[in-house]
Amino acid sequence: MEIEAAKMIGAGLAAIALAGAGVGIGTIFGSYLSGAMRNPSAAQKQFPNLLLGFALAEATGLFGLVVALIILFAF
Amino acid sequence: MATNPMNQFEVYSIGPKIQIGSFDVSFTNASLFMVLTVSIIAIFFVAATQRKSLIPGKLQLLAEMIYEFVSKMISDTAGKDARPYFPFILSLFLFVLVSNMIGMIPYSFTVTSHIIVTFALALFVFVGVTIIGFAKHGLSYFKLFVPSGVPAVLLPLIVVIEIISYLSRPISLSVRLFANMMAGHTMLKVFGGFVVSLGILGGWLPLGFSIALTGLEILVAFLQAYVFAILTCIYLNDALHLHH
Repeated sequence: MEIEAAKMIGAGLAAIALAGAGVGIGTIFGSYLSGAMRNPSAAQKQFPNLLLGFALAEATGLFGLVVALIILFAF
Repeated sequence: MATNPMNQFEVYSIGPKIQIGSFDVSFTNASLFMVLTVSIIAIFFVAATQRKSLIPGKLQLLAEMIYEFVSKMISDTAGKDARPYFPFILSLFLFVLVSNMIGMIPYSFTVTSHIIVTFALALFVFVGVTIIGFAKHGLSYFKLFVPSGVPAVLLPLIVVIEIISYLSRPISLSVRLFANMMAGHTMLKVFGGFVVSLGILGGWLPLGFSIALTGLEILVAFLQAYVFAILTCIYLNDALHLHH
């Protein structure tokens, strides 16, 4: 296989990381909503934790982007 | 040229070329924006605390809100012992926040979208926290790698995993901020390119997306500064209180 083509395929495969990030963000917001529905008075206090979890989960998807960039440009 | 979404991250030198040994230390656009960030923070706080009154004006109120926000964040996550490190975390938070926000202005430069800047910040945090941990607990700081309540059979595996996770902290802390900022700005540029290539007829849809993404990016710019600061607090908490 051409090395350029292999690089492109590898970079595309690295984008699969986004699936995990999507599941993670969905789980975080879903769990927050179901928790907030059960106990609305406690919801406001957990909002910073929600944002923290969102940012942490989103970042894992972006690690995939970094891998793709390393494959494309660093080798 | 301008259609390349990576073009915005280019670092070029402004003014004369300065060389020390084999290092090129000329003043670049990245240095310019770092100076700009620090001066904005300094000027803001000097102006806000110029006329201190019991009933604060708008500027003083904003400065007090920022102070309270960071102060509450530290006491919530790291407790009272982390009080001496408040100035460091406040300046770290403000530096990341303001440089992210300056990056949201079109045609400006985002300092934090470069791995070397965020890695320097994260490495500073990592080394500092490790020194604090050893200074406070001595050699018993190594207990951090041995979680309590783990069966002895699993211990060799767990300790190795804990050490790797401890050592990868600066990498994950820096890559998180860098990747977020770079991905966001690349995405904005790509959608901007769609607007131009689709023209007056079809360009409205990506334009709408672009506006919505700008809103998201401003949220992300704040969130990443917050996450950077709060993770610093969490690492500090690990070093100050060995509760494993």
